[in-house]
Amino acid sequence: MNALVLSAIFGVVMMFSGIFFKKKAPVKATAIVALILLLLANSMEMQGIRFFNLNVSAFLAFNDYALFFNGIAIFATLIFTLVAADDMTKVGVYFADYFALIFFILAGITITTSFTSLLTLFLGIEIISIPLYILTGSEKRSLKSNEASLKYFLMGSFSTGVLLMGIALIYGSQGTFTIDKMNFTLHPGSNLQIAGMLLLLFSMAFKASVAPFHFWTPDVYDGAPTVFTSFMATIVKVAVFAGFVRLFGGAFEKLNETWSLWVGIMIAATLFVGNITAVFQQSVKRMLAYSSISQAGFMLFAVYTMNDIAREGLLIYATAYCLATIGIFAVLAKLSDHSYEGFNGLSKHQPVLAFAGTICLLSLAGIPLTAGFLGKFYMLKSAIVGGQNVALVIFAVIMAAISSYYYFRVIQAMYFKDGPDHSVKAGALEKYTLIGICVLIVLLGVFPNVFLSWLYF
Amino acid sequence: MIALLLILIPLLGGIITFFIKPEPGARTWSLLTSIATFVVAIIGFTLCDTSALQYQAPWMGILNSSFSIAADGMGAMLCMLTSISFPIIFVSTWNTPYSNAKNFLGLMLLAQAGLIGVFLAMDALLFYFFWELALIPVYFICSQWGNEKRIKTTFKFFVYTFFGSLLMLVGILYIYAKTGSFDITAFYNSQLSPKEQMWAFWLFFLAFAIKMPVFPFHSWQPDTYEQSPTAGTMVLSAIMAKMGVLGLLRWLLPVLPVASFAWGDTISTMAIIGIIYASIIAFRQDDMKRLVAYSSIAHIGLMCLAVFAENRSAFQGVMFQMFAHGINVLGMWVVVEIIERKFGTRKMSELGGIAKKAPVLTIFFFTIAFASIALPLTNAFVGEFLMLNGVLGVNPQISKYGFVMAISAGLGIIFSAVYILRMGRKVFLGETNALTEKGTDIAFHEKAILGIIVATILVSGVYPQHLLHSFEDITNFILHKSDVLPLLNQKH
Repeated sequence: MNALVLSAIFGVVMMFSGIFFKKKAPVKATAIVALILLLLANSMEMQGIRFFNLNVSAFLAFNDYALFFNGIAIFATLIFTLVAADDMTKVGVYFADYFALIFFILAGITITTSFTSLLTLFLGIEIISIPLYILTGSEKRSLKSNEASLKYFLMGSFSTGVLLMGIALIYGSQGTFTIDKMNFTLHPGSNLQIAGMLLLLFSMAFKASVAPFHFWTPDVYDGAPTVFTSFMATIVKVAVFAGFVRLFGGAFEKLNETWSLWVGIMIAATLFVGNITAVFQQSVKRMLAYSSISQAGFMLFAVYTMNDIAREGLLIYATAYCLATIGIFAVLAKLSDHSYEGFNGLSKHQPVLAFAGTICLLSLAGIPLTAGFLGKFYMLKSAIVGGQNVALVIFAVIMAAISSYYYFRVIQAMYFKDGPDHSVKAGALEKYTLIGICVLIVLLGVFPNVFLSWLYF
Repeated sequence: MIALLLILIPLLGGIITFFIKPEPGARTWSLLTSIATFVVAIIGFTLCDTSALQYQAPWMGILNSSFSIAADGMGAMLCMLTSISFPIIFVSTWNTPYSNAKNFLGLMLLAQAGLIGVFLAMDALLFYFFWELALIPVYFICSQWGNEKRIKTTFKFFVYTFFGSLLMLVGILYIYAKTGSFDITAFYNSQLSPKEQMWAFWLFFLAFAIKMPVFPFHSWQPDTYEQSPTAGTMVLSAIMAKMGVLGLLRWLLPVLPVASFAWGDTISTMAIIGIIYASIIAFRQDDMKRLVAYSSIAHIGLMCLAVFAENRSAFQGVMFQMFAHGINVLGMWVVVEIIERKFGTRKMSELGGIAKKAPVLTIFFFTIAFASIALPLTNAFVGEFLMLNGVLGVNPQISKYGFVMAISAGLGIIFSAVYILRMGRKVFLGETNALTEKGTDIAFHEKAILGIIVATILVSGVYPQHLLHSFEDITNFILHKSDVLPLLNQKH
């Protein structure tokens, strides 16, 4: 509750900060301070200190898992702002608005992770989506950005329609929006509830860019300004997964037999499409878009297996994925040439960026001693311990091996090839944040218990 | 505690090396670190009792994994091999120029830490961690400091082995799902049903087979050996190939005994095809590095064959041969490295008559060559004799084809004599040509390391008793754990 109310307030504050401050630095500083306050407020709520005692239990329930997830989202946003604030202010004139929109998205995320009613889920998803349409099109003079925004908006509103239709059908069969009160065992095999559930599954899959609903992803990620791609591909995506797990683990768990086959097929399709297509990309930015699809395939394991290991694993996966992707996008944003050749010789021109990028890519590829390995490890473990299809696990592992191909191509370009310098020098703050990201990735990979113990205490 | 030191010294030493700017300083520091590791290993394995060779600490409690390392006879021997190899590698490449030498040396030491970790790990997840930790530095070494086509070939090597190790991870997780612990004893007692074992076997075996490599998973190996800097090749062939054999002996046979028995003949056939195929290809090579690479496939194939014979003589032979092959192939690479540095080529057709100009090098080379074709009084003779003896005397219930296998594997040894001696003749004997005319003999430090290698070859060839004795316990243990005969007799 703290984070929800405060992020909405800070959003408004950021909007007005554009009027009061004409320079960039104070706006950035305000945003960073606001994010730190938000993180503190969320941590306080985890310790039981609530600022607002409103009874919203019919709509929202802030349990430990949701709060922890909010903490991850806010923390990742803080890291994102530290490393990308400079680039954000370069996108357009009204940079204060972008910070405001990001705070509104955070408000949407807190709703999505803690909904108890399908209506609030809808609200949360929409509060996330609408600012994203604006951010995607924020580079007003770029045709690509406008196209991406329009495409995202059209496809997004269509999937919103599907989501609403699903909610309506579920309401029709259950007579309630509250997920705790639903009982799907009353009328087993009722077409109404199965159709509603599938429509919800498809629209959530769309938001999480899961195949075969991923077609918008590469174009939108490629067209949007790189900083906002980074935000969309990380924090927003994992928040949608948190909602996904909450919806299917809570309300629809009884329908498990129906949807688990669908989700299993989606995992295989997502991993296949994401990885195979990423191999053939010539632009690193598009490659990262496809890689984010393939990573979504791994995160979908949390929905598929739906046990405690998977829930825990999603936290680690989300953190690892956010950190690594924010890191590699921050490196990418410093380059003018987004092809693989643009990375040639980066280790000589900017050793810190190259090193940080390497750690992030190793983590994305799932090399041990990085957080990314642990995320994948948890997902595979949850599927094997849950006794699910081992063939699917082996398929996922083969796809992970393929993913090392395109991640390592970037490392090869940075370290083993020579080329002219295409990069903009990174500022001191950015460098330190990137090193901080690397340290976090390795620490999380070596001592995950320190991180997870927060969940249990 | 000694076991922990063996990992920590190269790990920390390697990290420090990255920060030593002047090249002589970095070289001296890395050499000292590797010598320190060697000294600790000597002290640990000769003076200390077994409790000093174990270390256990809680780690990743949530995952039911612990940092548990211990040195049994096989682990101790491989640690010795690793810790003796690295000083030799550093000294033999002392004059080889590397751009950015501090990174090179730092990565080498990190690889050493990973390798020793693999040999000591007694926890499946830890084993997997070290398995990858050893790979990453070697990948960077080979693709940064190798020859022209290095990026493509080492990448093939990386993807190959990464694929294998991910499959192994699935296998580890699958057994973990049954036992609830990653500890090695829990794995030994996992008792998977034969049906599960049959396919879980391949998850592990592929990882090990790619690493060794065994035919038909060897295609990365000759290219990678050829394109890597020689120091990287030394690590790959002298030590990393042994990771696969160790994996078979420690993590496959005792954990999945029924499947190892059932697939035994299939694997043995693959190994024999590999021995003969690699030997035949070795005949046709002109590049010395490629020749040694193919001969390495043949040698490792014999080890793989002997592992699946599953008897005392074969196991002892495999363990002894792991050490012997490590030392011999290291010596080979040192000689190749010296020749390449002196004459700028590895092509046998361009060399000749080196014996006249560098008699000392020639003597060393031929001793090492005799060792690698398993002449009596050399270490490889002991190993290969025991292995062939084991294959020949394989229990008919384990395999009916012991005789055929021993004959065809013996062919491999004869072939190796042909191609290794042909290399000696082409490179060292005959008349000098314009290129080798100006050759000089080797320097003192090169004599010293080759002397150490040759001394090790002869001493362990004449007096193998001590080393063989140290394998006694672990051999009995593996034999006991992988014994399927009672099960077979029960069925009949």
